[in-house]
Amino acid sequence: MLRACLRGANATARNNCRRNPLTSVQHCRHYTAGETSGATKVVAAGLLTVSSGIGGTILYAKWDHKFRAAVEKNVPYSDLLFSLALGPSSQEGLPIKKQTELAQPPSMMDKQVKASKAKSEKKVKEAAESPAKESSPATTQPAQSIEEASVEATHIISAIGEVPSVPAPCDTESAAVKEECKECHDHKDTPVTAVVHPNTESPVAMEPLKERPVEEVAARLAQQDQEEQDILASVSASLEESLASSAKTTLQAIGAQEAALQAITQHTHKLKEAMEAEVPPQEKSAQWKDLEAALANRTCAMNDASTALLKANETLGSLKSVIDKSKGLNIAAVHPLVLAAEENLHNMIVDLDKVVTKVQSAESEAKIVSQYSELVNEAKQQFQREVSSLTPEIQANWKGLTGKLSADDLNALIAHAHRRIDQLNRELAEQRVREQIHIDAALEQQKLEDQKALEKAVNTTLQHVKEEARLEQERKLGELREVMEAEMRTQLRRQAAAHTDHVQDVLKVQEHELRAEAEQVLSSKMLEQETRYRQLNQEQLDNFTLDMNTAYARLKGMEEAIDSHVVAEEEARKAHQLWLSVEALNYTLKTTDSDLPTIPLKSAAEAVRDSCHDNDFALALASALPEESLHRGVYSEASLRARFNSLRSLARRVALIDESHNSLYQYFLSYLQAALLFEDEQKAPPTQLSREDLDPFKLLSYASYCLEHGDLELAAKLVNQLRGETRRVVEDWLTEARLTLETRQVVSLLSAYANAVGLGTTQAP
Amino acid sequence: MSEKQLGKKVDRCLADGAIKLGTGLGLGIVFSVLFFKRHTWPISFGSGAGLGMAYANCQNDLRSHYLLHKSEKVGL
Repeated sequence: MLRACLRGANATARNNCRRNPLTSVQHCRHYTAGETSGATKVVAAGLLTVSSGIGGTILYAKWDHKFRAAVEKNVPYSDLLFSLALGPSSQEGLPIKKQTELAQPPSMMDKQVKASKAKSEKKVKEAAESPAKESSPATTQPAQSIEEASVEATHIISAIGEVPSVPAPCDTESAAVKEECKECHDHKDTPVTAVVHPNTESPVAMEPLKERPVEEVAARLAQQDQEEQDILASVSASLEESLASSAKTTLQAIGAQEAALQAITQHTHKLKEAMEAEVPPQEKSAQWKDLEAALANRTCAMNDASTALLKANETLGSLKSVIDKSKGLNIAAVHPLVLAAEENLHNMIVDLDKVVTKVQSAESEAKIVSQYSELVNEAKQQFQREVSSLTPEIQANWKGLTGKLSADDLNALIAHAHRRIDQLNRELAEQRVREQIHIDAALEQQKLEDQKALEKAVNTTLQHVKEEARLEQERKLGELREVMEAEMRTQLRRQAAAHTDHVQDVLKVQEHELRAEAEQVLSSKMLEQETRYRQLNQEQLDNFTLDMNTAYARLKGMEEAIDSHVVAEEEARKAHQLWLSVEALNYTLKTTDSDLPTIPLKSAAEAVRDSCHDNDFALALASALPEESLHRGVYSEASLRARFNSLRSLARRVALIDESHNSLYQYFLSYLQAALLFEDEQKAPPTQLSREDLDPFKLLSYASYCLEHGDLELAAKLVNQLRGETRRVVEDWLTEARLTLETRQVVSLLSAYANAVGLGTTQAP
Repeated sequence: MSEKQLGKKVDRCLADGAIKLGTGLGLGIVFSVLFFKRHTWPISFGSGAGLGMAYANCQNDLRSHYLLHKSEKVGL
C-alpha cells in the first residue's frame, strides 16, 4: 500500500515534470539567498562601464566628425548629447570640398583659354604686324562668332571674370586686303574698304552704307569706263600723233645733222687736202671748186640741220606739252602710254643732243682747219703780194714761168726769198719764244672752253640722267600701280566670288525652306481632304455595318438563347441526375445495422461517377472516397459509439502503459489506478486543450461527451491525443472513425455540390 | 480489432501461466518424489520456476510491441 502510494506520487511527480520541464523560476530562487554585497558590486561595475563607454564615445566624436555623424544618425537623441557636450557639429568640411571642386574646372578652363589666346595671338602676329592694332577693333566680330561656338567656355570664363574678348585669328586674306586697301587708299573710297571687310565676316555692317541700286552703279561704272576709254583713245591718238611727228622731225633733224656732219667732215677733208696736197693748178682750181662746193654744201647742210633741229625741238616741245597735259588727266590707263612717250622723247632728245655734239665737235675741228686754211691762204696771199710787189709784172701763175724770168728778177726773187726766209726765221724764233705764252694762253682759252663745254656737257648729262631717273621712277611707279591694280582686282574678284557664293547659299537655303513650307502646307491640305473623304466613307460603311451587325447580333442572340435553353436543360438534367446519385450514396450510408458496417458504397460511387463524368470536381470527390468504404462499407456513428463505450474501460485499464513503462507490474498498477480513479462519465471538452487535459481519463470523458452529443470528429480528435498502450488499444476504433468521417465528408461535399449545381440550374417559375 | 488484442494476450498469459504452473508443479512433484526424497522445495521450486517463466513470457508478450526485433529493419 505504501509502495503503491509512493509509486503513485512518483508517477504524478513524473507527470508534473513531463508537463513543466522548463521551470526557470526555480533557478532564481537559489541565488536570492545571501550574497547581497555581490549585487552592489555588479551594479557599480556596470555603471562604471556604461559611463566610461559614453565618455569615450564623446571624446572620439569630438576628434572624428564622421564618427559623430554616424552615431548621430544611428542613435536617436545622441545629437542632443553631442551638442551639449561638444557644441554644434562643424559643417566646414563640405563647403571646402565644393570650393575645391569648383576651382578645379575653372583652372582647366583657364588653361584652355590661355592656350587659345596664345594660338590666336600667334596667328595674329603671323597675319599682320602693323595692321594688327588697326584690325583689332574690327576683329572683335570674329572673336564673338568663335565665342558663340563654345558657349560653355565663355560662361565659365565670364563667371570667373576672365577677359571675354579673345583676339581671334584674323583672316590673312582680309588682313592683306586691308593692307592693300590702306595702300591703295588714294585710288578707292573708304566705304569700299568698309564694304570689303564686313563682307567677309557679317553682312550687318552694310547697313550704314548708302546702298546704291545695282543698275545705277553699273551704269555709273560703265559710264566711267566709257569716259576713260574715250579719254584714253584721244590721249593715245594725240600722243601717237605727236610722237610720230616728233620722231619724224627728230629723225629728220638727226639726218640733217648727220648730213651736216658729213658735209663738214668732207669739207674739212677737202680743205685739208687742198691745203696740203701738191697738185697741178688745173686740178687745184677743180679742187678749189670742189672745196667751195663742199663749203656751200656744208653751209646748206648746216642750215638744214639747224632748221630741222629747230623743228625737232618744236615738235619735242609740243610732245612734252601733250605729255604734260595727259599727265594732268590723271587716269591710270594713260600712264604707260605717257611713260613710253616720255621715254621716246628722252631718247630722241638724247640722240639729238649726241648728234648735235658730234656736229659741234666736227664744226670746231672744221673751224680749226678753216682757220689753218685761212692762215695759209693769208700767208700765201701775203707772199704773193710781196712777190707781186717785188715783181709786179709776174703773173699769178708764177710757177710755170721759170723760163721767162730774168736773172735779176731771179736774184731779186731769191733775195726776197732769202729776206722772207730770214723774216720768217725771225718770226719763227719770235714765235718759238712766244710759243709757250701762246700755248699757255691757248691752253687757258682751251681750258675755259673745255670747262664751259664740260659744264655744258655735265649739265646736259645731268639733265639726261635726271630725266632718265625720273622716267625710271615713273616706269616703276606705273608698274607698281599696275601690280597694285591687278592685286586689288583679284581681291575684289575674290570678294565678289565670296559674296556670290554666300548669296547663292542663302538663296538655296531660302529656297529649301520655302519649298518645305509649301510642301508642308500642300501635304496638310491634302491630308485634310483625304481624311475628310475617308471619314465620310467610313461613316457610311460604319452605319451599314452597324445595321448589319445589329441584325446579325439579334439573330445570333436568338440562336444562342435557344441553344442556351437546350444547354441549360441538359445541365439541369445532369445536375438532377448527379443529385439523385448523391442522394443514393447518402442513403447507403444510412443502411447500417448496429455493429455491422454499411453495404459497400462501390455501386453508389459508380453511379455518382457515371452521372458526373464531365465534371472534374465531382469526379475528384467521387474518387476521393476511401477504398475501405467502397469495398467494405463504413460503420455508423451509433456502432462506433457503442464500441467506444466498451473500449473505454479497457483504455482506462492500460492508461499507465507506454514504451518505458510496460512491465507486468506496471500493468497491475495501471489496473489498480483504473479501479481507484473516478472521473466524470462525460465532461464537456474545453475549447482549448491544456497540458492537464491530455490525461487519458480526461480525454476519454471528453470523447464520450462528444460522442453522446454526436460530434464524432471532435471525439476522434480527442482520442487521437491518447498515447502509449491506450493509443494502441483504440487504434482500430480510431481508423474506423476516420473512415466514417472521411466518407461522410466526401458524401456531404458531393451532396452540397449537387445541391448547388441543382440550385444553379433550376429556373425560377 | 485492437481492443481485443490485449484480452487475447491476457488469455494467452493466463493459459500459459496455468500450463507452466501446472507443469512446474507436476515436475516438481515428480522430482520431489523421485529424486529429492519428498522435500517440498522442488515443488515450490518447480511451481515457482513455472510461474516465473509464465510471468516472464507474459511480460515479454505484452512488451513485444515496444521492442524492436532483430528481423525488423529500422529506418533512420
